[in-house]
Amino acid sequence: MEIIISILAGILFATAIYNLLQKQLLRIIIGTVLLSHGAHLFILTMGELKRAKPPILIEGIKDYVDPLPQALILTSIVISFGITSLLLVLTYRAIKENKTDDMAQLRGEEHEYE
Amino acid sequence: MIFTVLIPLLLACFVPLISKIKDKIHTGIFVFFIPLAIFLYYIQFVGSDFTTVNQTVDWIPALGINFDFYLDGLSLLFVLLISGIGALVVLYSIYYLGKGERLGHFYVYLLMFMSAMLGVVLSDNIFVLYTFWELTSISSFLLIGYWHFNERSRYGALKSMLITVFGGLSMFGAFILLSVITGTTSIQSMIEQKDIILNSTYLPFILVLLLLGAFTKSAQFPFHIWLPDAMEAPTPVSAYLHSATMVKAGLFLVARFSPIFSGYEWFFIIVSIVGIVTLCWGSYMAVRQTDLKAILAFSTISQLGMIMAMLGFGTEIAVYAAVFHILNHATFKGSLFMVAGIVDHETGTRDIRKLGGLLNFMPMTATLALFGTFSMAGVPLPFFNGFYSKELFFDSSIDLTAGISGFADFLVQVIPYLAVFGSIFTFVYSMYFFFGVFGGKKQFNLLPKKPHEAPIGMLISPIVLVLGVIIIGLFPNLVNGTFLAHAADAIKGAVTADQHIKFWHGWDSPAFMMSLIVVGIGTILTFTRKKWAGVYRFLPGKLSLFKFYDIVLDKLNSVSNGVTKQYMTGSLRLYVAIILGTTLTLTFITMGATDGFTIQFNNLSDVRIIDLSVVLIMIVAAVGTIFARHNVAIILIAGVVGYGVAVLFVIYRAPDLALTQLVIETVSVVLFLLCFYHMPKLRKRDETKRSKAVNIVISVGFGALMTIIGISAHSSKWFDSIANYFIETSYKLGGGHNIVNVILVDMRGFDTLFEITVLGIAALAIFSLIKLKKNKEAD
Repeated sequence: MEIIISILAGILFATAIYNLLQKQLLRIIIGTVLLSHGAHLFILTMGELKRAKPPILIEGIKDYVDPLPQALILTSIVISFGITSLLLVLTYRAIKENKTDDMAQLRGEEHEYE
Repeated sequence: MIFTVLIPLLLACFVPLISKIKDKIHTGIFVFFIPLAIFLYYIQFVGSDFTTVNQTVDWIPALGINFDFYLDGLSLLFVLLISGIGALVVLYSIYYLGKGERLGHFYVYLLMFMSAMLGVVLSDNIFVLYTFWELTSISSFLLIGYWHFNERSRYGALKSMLITVFGGLSMFGAFILLSVITGTTSIQSMIEQKDIILNSTYLPFILVLLLLGAFTKSAQFPFHIWLPDAMEAPTPVSAYLHSATMVKAGLFLVARFSPIFSGYEWFFIIVSIVGIVTLCWGSYMAVRQTDLKAILAFSTISQLGMIMAMLGFGTEIAVYAAVFHILNHATFKGSLFMVAGIVDHETGTRDIRKLGGLLNFMPMTATLALFGTFSMAGVPLPFFNGFYSKELFFDSSIDLTAGISGFADFLVQVIPYLAVFGSIFTFVYSMYFFFGVFGGKKQFNLLPKKPHEAPIGMLISPIVLVLGVIIIGLFPNLVNGTFLAHAADAIKGAVTADQHIKFWHGWDSPAFMMSLIVVGIGTILTFTRKKWAGVYRFLPGKLSLFKFYDIVLDKLNSVSNGVTKQYMTGSLRLYVAIILGTTLTLTFITMGATDGFTIQFNNLSDVRIIDLSVVLIMIVAAVGTIFARHNVAIILIAGVVGYGVAVLFVIYRAPDLALTQLVIETVSVVLFLLCFYHMPKLRKRDETKRSKAVNIVISVGFGALMTIIGISAHSSKWFDSIANYFIETSYKLGGGHNIVNVILVDMRGFDTLFEITVLGIAALAIFSLIKLKKNKEAD
């Protein structure tokens, strides 16, 4: 199963990056979202996907799944949520101000080196 | 000794203060005493019983970089030139620069330069020498650009800076090689270890880099092009830096290191050829000029070439002639620059075509010019010191013995002819200079001012220098035993001490015959100068190195501009592609080269249908984001991936993660949906086939790379997980049953603290993005 999840993470990375390389801002944000999903799955897989109990102590049970990757992923989910929402609002503002969502048109102009 | 180097620098700090009272007293009067005092200090070392003096002051002892000062004959000659001519130039500048000029700036730069130059010639430590060397470049830059409102000044300053700093950095490379090979930073101990250097495989590099430094500083062919443009500096600067001192730093360097390299045949070949070519080219080019200072600039180039050639010859007589000519050139060239400055000052022009017939109006200046130019031309009369060194130059060019290789042998045959050739033009431009300005017809209607004799104060300095010309000419042995012999000693060893300078070599002396040829042909060429005008105009023509420099600089600018434009397009897409492509390539190569990919299929958990179906749905959704054509569609499809992740968290026993992921995914989707209304509709992707292919290669490659890394990381676990520690101590130390939560708030609480901070900052940023608007009209 680890191999299948790795492949899934790889596909998420690939689609994320394909979206990142687009010109429309919405696609780029979707790309970052997919990228963080891929990364979270990646971390989870590294901690082994063995069949054991969830990491909540219960009297008499010794075998639990690895809790550390879960803690790391939890932190990461929250941070990427913060970033995503900021990006979203930033995009909203950028579109309002510039009347476009096309990266090709959002280049610097007057201060760009000729 | 160290004080004489540092005092000009220290006192330069007070010059701006003094220059505030310039209404009453000219700042130069205060400055004048500094070089004078240094000159008087060093004069005590002159004498036949001279011995070398050492002084060391610690600077960076850990790196072997200290102010090691070493005064031998060679440094003494230069120190006397720098301080003596420095004093005269300051005196001259008092009358040359009015009180309206920014005198504070001028004298600060000048003192800085003086200090740097003294440091160059006195340093025994190569790195200290380099430090002072660059300081001369910088102060020279400042002085050339003194009239910075003048476009030509800025151009000349930049040009000289680029060329001399290029040479300085090359020289620095040679110094580093030298210190690595010999393990010392002192020139004197390098000379003791010269066998190590001469047998080193880096010898060619050292020689070429070192000579680049010397040739650029001393304006040798083809690096001479900065010197004529440096003539935009005030005339005292030209007289001081660009005739007597700084341009001789390169000669000093070659002389200083020639005890090491003199046995190496390529040293002889390179230095002699460059010197002779510079001599001929400089003197030829000088004849073409119409500006007084330009004539003198090319004349300086050619004379420096002559000295360089003699240092290249490396025979006893040549070395002796070289130091003698360094002294002579400083005297007559310094005075000639001052004469040019006086003519400029009193007539308002330096264009030789407008000048003429000034002899009756400026008799003093004319006399001074007469001695200067005739000495420069090498007219055989006993009161022109230039004649003596020129004779010695001819002597030394004949005196050369055949080298080892055929080429050096050929060179030995050719050099005397080239020497005569170059000297003929020297004679021609010297005569042209004198008779063009002071002889011929009066044409005062062309002049901006009515010419008259210069004030006496302005004449003092050239008079002193011309007295030097005459005295050295009449009594050459006055300077011979007292310090010239010591200077030659320092370059060549103890053998030259009893060189005797004679005026009369006898009719049968070949050097005298060469001098006669020079004077004869030179006179003919001078009188028939007008007939040759066509030839003079034709020859460098398009081959001019000045144009070449401009073209190179222009090309460098436009090519680097073009290259930058190629990849700095302002398109973020391209930058992301470059970053990812580079990461991809480097990682694949590294992993492949170090055999990093290991794929094993043991220790895997079993595959179940439910897991597989979730994975399949996620794959379809992820790929679907690429093909989605509508805002809502893409948001919802991305949401499917997020909920899929949550389901996987459920399957793989991560209840907290599943909870968080579900909530956050929901909030995210809501946020996206809130925004979608304001977003333009998704368009068809307007990719070209090529960029599409590149995007596919990068993204698929990256996905594949991550998959392989994931699999091989899983296949090679080297250590057990530390999970057991958390499982065992979660209750004992943390007092909690939920291990993930205990890790988050007890074991690794700092992560959580800053994660909260991140959320807080994001919230504040979002708030301000929405609320704060500088431009009210937008929205």
